[in-house]
This record gives sequence, structure tokens and C-alpha cells, in this order.
Amino acid sequence: MHPSETLNNKQVALGVHPLRFLLWLMIISITMMFAAFTSAYIVRRGEGNWLEFDMPTGMFINSVVILASSATMQWAWFSAKKDEVNRVKTLVIITFVLGIVFLFGQYQVWGELVQNKIFFGGADSNPAGSFVYVLTGVHGFHLVTGLIFLTILLLKAFRYKIHSRQMMAITNGTIYWHFLGGLWLYLYLFLLLNH
Amino acid sequence: MGSSPTSAPHIQHHVAGDHHDEHDHHDQHWLFKYVFSQDHKWIAKQFLISGIVWAFIGATLSTLFRIQLGWPDAQLTWLEPLLGRWVEGGKLNPEFYLALVTMHGTIMVFFVLTAGLSGTFSNFLIPLQIGARDMASGFMNMLSFWFFFLAGIIMFVSLFLETGPASAGWTIYPPLSALPQAIPGSGAGQTLWLVSMALFIVSQLLGGVNYITTIINLRTAGMSMAKLPLTIWSFFLTAILGLLSFPVLFSAALLLIFDRSFGTSFFLSDIYIGGEALNHVGGSPILFQHLFWFLGHPEVYIVIMPAMGIVSEVMATNARKPIFGYRAMIGSLIGISLLSFVVWAHHMFVTGMNPFLGSVFMFLTLIIAVPSAVKTFNWLATLWRGNIRFTAAMLFAIGFVSLFVSGGLTGIILGNAALDIQMHNTYFVVAHFHLVMGSSAFFGMFAGVYHWFPKMFGRMMDEKLGYVHFWLTILAAYLVFLPMHYVGIAGFPRRYYAYTAYETFNQFGDLNTFISIAAIMAFFAQFIFLFNFIYSIFRGRRATENPWNSNTLEWTTPVEPGHGNWPGAIPAVYRWPYDYSKPGAEQDFIPQHIPYSQTVSSNLPYEKEME
Repeated sequence: MHPSETLNNKQVALGVHPLRFLLWLMIISITMMFAAFTSAYIVRRGEGNWLEFDMPTGMFINSVVILASSATMQWAWFSAKKDEVNRVKTLVIITFVLGIVFLFGQYQVWGELVQNKIFFGGADSNPAGSFVYVLTGVHGFHLVTGLIFLTILLLKAFRYKIHSRQMMAITNGTIYWHFLGGLWLYLYLFLLLNH
Repeated sequence: MGSSPTSAPHIQHHVAGDHHDEHDHHDQHWLFKYVFSQDHKWIAKQFLISGIVWAFIGATLSTLFRIQLGWPDAQLTWLEPLLGRWVEGGKLNPEFYLALVTMHGTIMVFFVLTAGLSGTFSNFLIPLQIGARDMASGFMNMLSFWFFFLAGIIMFVSLFLETGPASAGWTIYPPLSALPQAIPGSGAGQTLWLVSMALFIVSQLLGGVNYITTIINLRTAGMSMAKLPLTIWSFFLTAILGLLSFPVLFSAALLLIFDRSFGTSFFLSDIYIGGEALNHVGGSPILFQHLFWFLGHPEVYIVIMPAMGIVSEVMATNARKPIFGYRAMIGSLIGISLLSFVVWAHHMFVTGMNPFLGSVFMFLTLIIAVPSAVKTFNWLATLWRGNIRFTAAMLFAIGFVSLFVSGGLTGIILGNAALDIQMHNTYFVVAHFHLVMGSSAFFGMFAGVYHWFPKMFGRMMDEKLGYVHFWLTILAAYLVFLPMHYVGIAGFPRRYYAYTAYETFNQFGDLNTFISIAAIMAFFAQFIFLFNFIYSIFRGRRATENPWNSNTLEWTTPVEPGHGNWPGAIPAVYRWPYDYSKPGAEQDFIPQHIPYSQTVSSNLPYEKEME
């Protein structure tokens, strides 16, 4: 080969690790799913025969819980960055517990809805109510996958596989957890503004 | 991503290193080598063979309903051994006829032309053509196939249910698909259909994110996006379309599942059965159509774009000419991808939509003719004055262009709201989409199989049998679908079991028989392909490394590439993939990995500085 061969040796990719990129793509596809639900909600609402009701107050408390869990997750990330391994463990556990509290809170919200005679299905149900169950339910399902992710992180943390030079897993976990929190805030605001 | 532990150039090294380690594990258990394989080439073959199996099942179903349509008065007792009690007193059960149509559509669109086409060629060609050892995540890639396999098993089982498989059409519009009282197939058959499709969507998403990530992240040194073969561009955009549209189908399917099994009313309202009102109040069946076609329209491009990429590649190689308008080809693919998301309501002109909205969708739909025509002209210009080698793959590529033009022209007719309202749900529509996305996607797939067979199995397919297969298939495709346009204009509605009850349709009875004979001929022609395919895997002529004198990277691998694709280092890339018949060159092709310093005699003035 000629010595002056000008081969472009620069990394051609975006400089993002493939695993990180896979995560972003999965987040996009989950976003599309909720975009479909919420746009279906708007279209259906525009057609009339729509039951108007107040959102359960529990939703507000749950939003605070999930925001707090996002904060602890971020704190765990900063701790990992500073090699404070034990604090990472504690904070991931706290995040996990807050996630469980959120899910339990959402379950209470469903109870509150039923008490207010807003049903998922059956003769007395209206799509306005059913949509709230679907949005919270599908979000809850994804939150469970987030909890599984946190469990994996916790196992890694106990094997000392999370520290300032091995940030891939915890960064991915943090991104996903923030996404789940952000998704809930979007759904909550959406429901508040569109009913 | 500042937090990323490895700096950018490190990554490629790292990934390549990983696979070298795996490379040493030759004592892999056969179960993980041949069944739960994570090797992209093996997964591609798994997709290809399942795709072929599904294609034959789908074609058998269509042959059955073509027999019914062609000879509505015939005694079909001879089908009893196959269909059992779906044939009663020599007559095909009318509800089973609808099940046949539904399953034919579902199988062909999703299992053959989505999974079989993208699954095979994206998996096989992406790592080989961009210069990667494997996909970004081999494990997810394996999961993608097994989710597809499971989806297939469930769909297959539904064929044998007592109440029959799903029967509400492949578009499964509620309320027909939601209520078992409406049609028996909407019972357990529809439930299995929805479960199967949910798994199928998971499979597509797992595959799709992998394709995109691999193309973005794992290209070899020098392989910029502007040096990618057009196959890779088409797989890339196809995967993006799938990533954005399949989740929406998932949402629609989930809401339909809730309506069917949990008593919600998203799509159902004011339905009376036997004078009794159902509990469902407040739903909107049109909403389902919006959600469905938001996937459904990009889906037809998910089917056709990989075929377009394959055809571009096969055509440039065998015309021994650079593809005409490489950047215009990429631009038109991007144009088609963008437009595919804003035209879905042209499937819904007769749902009583606002005429103004209809004209917006009509306008956007007709714009798709522009990038499509750009592609067609570029293919024709690539052939123009080329040094054409009529290999079997090349014939199918040319056949693709022919079918795409014939089917595309009627698309312009159907895209007009005023004309579509007349033609809607007639055989004209059936003829249109079978030519433009059905037959032509199949032709693209055949072109790909004939072309890349040597790299997949290390042997050549028989060219003579390939010619017979091609001529019988293209002849049959036109003999089936050209007359179908006339039947459609005459007013034959789709999905009718028989037309004998209508006096006006009698004069076209012979035409329907003719179409059926041609369809059966097309079906039998595929057995030539099947024989050729299976025979050549074991007994075909041995292939060389680069039998077609092609430029892309996959032809620099050994005859049968092993795990990790290249035994040594991955070649770097210096030029675009279409340096065919370059003036001054020693041979009529210069592969992508040949540096300009070795081709001084053929370098163009602006390439001199790269020597």
C-alpha cells in the first residue's frame, strides 16, 4: 500500500456504544406505543360520548414517588462515578423500593377509580375510563421491566462490577429509569389536560 | 456519552476481540451451533427456510380458494382428506373460505414478506456487507428468530381449531374480528391470531433494533454511510419503519384484546345481536382502522424496500455498470420512508372521513409516485447500455421492475379518492397490491436467493431451472393479475365466496376460471424453485469466493464464511460499491476494499489525491 494512502481511520459510528444505542432504540419503540395510545385517546375523545371525571388524587402522590426514585437513581449514578460502591447499593435498593411503592400506589389508584364507578370493562364502562387503566397498566408493565433492570444492577453492584470504570450498565439503567419516570409524568399531565 | 468507559475507536476493537474469543470455541454444543445459534448467517438461514415453508403454506391456502372461485359449482369431495369437515357435501364451507383468505394474507404479508425477506437478508447481508463480525447483539438476534418461530407455531395451530382460524381479513377490522357471534373464526382463532402477532411484533422489534445498531455502530474502517451498498440502506430504513410502526400495531392489538376478552369498548358500540343490545357502548371502529393503517401502510414499504435494495445491488452487478443515481436512490428511499407515515388514511376513503382530509391524504399519496418513479428510472438507466448478464437473479430483478411498474400505475388510480370510492374493496385493489407489493417483493426475494445462495451454502443454484422458474412465474403472475383488474372494474367485490347468485357477473365466470388456472400454474412453478433450492444445497456446483465478480465486502470472505466472517482482519473500505466497468481498469469490477493506489490507471482526476 502506498504510504500516503488516505484511509479514513476515524471511527465511523456515532461514538455511542452499541448497547447504549440499542437502549435508545427500544425507548423510541416504547414511546411510539404510548404515542399510539394517547393519540387514539384524543381521536376517540373528539368523537363524543366521553365520560368526564376527576383523576384520583393518588396519581399526584405517585408522581412525587417516581420523581423521588429518579433522584435516588441519579444519586446512585453519581456515587458509582465516585467509586462509592456501598452507597450505590443502598441507593439502588431505595430506588427499587420506591418503584414498588409507585406500583402499589398505582394499584390503589385503580381501587379509587373503581370506588368512583369508573370501570375498566363491562356495561358501565366508558372508553374514557378504560383508557386510564390501559395507560397506567401498560406503563406499570414497563416499570416492572425497569425493576428487573434494577435487580440486575444490584447483583452487579454486589459483585463489585459497578464503579467509575464500569459505568455502562448503571448508565443504561439510569437512562431507562428516568425514561420511565418521564413517561409517567407525560401520561399524568396528558390525562390532567385531556379530560 | 461522556460516561462511556471506552473511547470511540476502542469499541470496534473490543467487539472484534470478543468474537475472536468466541471463534476459538469450536467445541460448541450442536444445540447452540445449529438450533439456538447466535451467528447471524445461521439465523438468516433459519429465517429463509421458515419463510419458504410459510410461503408454501400461504400459497396452498390461496390455491384452495382459487379452486372455489374458479369452479364454484364443482364437487370438491376430493379435498376432504385435506380439509375434513370444512368440505360439506362437496362444497367448501363459506366461513372457512374467509378463513383461507385471512390466513393467506396474514401469512404472506407478515410471515413471508416481512420476516422471511427482512429476516433473511438483513441478517445475512448487514454484517457481511458493512464488514462486521456479527450483529450488535447476537443474543437478541437469536431471540428475534425464536419469537418468530413461536408466533409461527401459534398461527399454525390456529389453522386446526374446530371453530377455524381468524376469518375477519388480515386487517382484522372490528366489530367483525371482535365478536365470536359475528363469525366463528373470531373466537379462539382470532385470539391465537392476536397472541401470535404480539409475539411476531416482539420478534420484529428485537431484530429491527439490532439491524439499526449494527449499521450505525459496527461498520468497518472507511465504510461511511455514503459508501454503503444500497441493500444496506434499504434494510436500514426498513428497520426504522418497523421500529416506529410495529409498536402502534401492538397498541391496536392490545386494545382489541381488551375489547374481546375484558369487556372494554374501545372499538365497539351500539351493536345488536338477535335484537339484544351488547354491553359495549362508546367505542369507535374507525379508530381501529386509523391505528391499524398507521402500521399497515409503512408495512407495505417494509415489504417492498428490502426487495428494492436487493434489486439495485443485483442489477448493478449483472449490468456491469455503476447503479445510476446512487444518491438519488438513497434520497428516494428516504423520501418513501418519510411519506409512508403520512398516507395511511388512503385506505379509509370510504369510512366517511372529511373530504378535505381525504384530499390531503390523496395529495400526499400521489407524491409517493415521485420517489418511486425516480427509482424506476434509475433501474432502467442502470440497464441502459449495460453489459448485461442474464443470470437467474438478474431476470428476477428485471421482473421486479416490470411488476413494480405495472402495479404502481394502478396505485396512482387508487390513490385518487374519487376513483378509489368506485374501486374500493373490488378485485382491482387485489390486483394492484398483489402486483406492486406481493409479486414484486417475491421477485426481489427470489433475486436475492439466487444471487446470495453461493455465499449462504457454498454452492450454486442451477441456472437453467432458474430460467424455467422465472419465465413460468412471471407469465403466471401477469396471467393472474392482469385479468383481475377487469374483474375488479366489472365490480366484483373482494372476499366473496361465490358470484353465481348475481346475473351480471355470469359473463365473467370464465375469466375467474382462467385466473384460477394461472394461479395454480404459478403454484406448481414454485416447486421447481423448491427442488432447485434443496438439491443445490447438497449437490449444487461448488461456488467460488466471488462467483458474480461483485464489489461488495461479503464476496471477500471465504466460500463458506465461518464464525466471525473473515478469518483474518476485517478488510477496510476505500471506495463505493459500484465501480463496475470503470474506464482504464484491468477488470470490469473493483471491489470496495481495493485502495486507489492499486488502481492508478483507472482513477479519475479527483481520486488522484487519494492514491
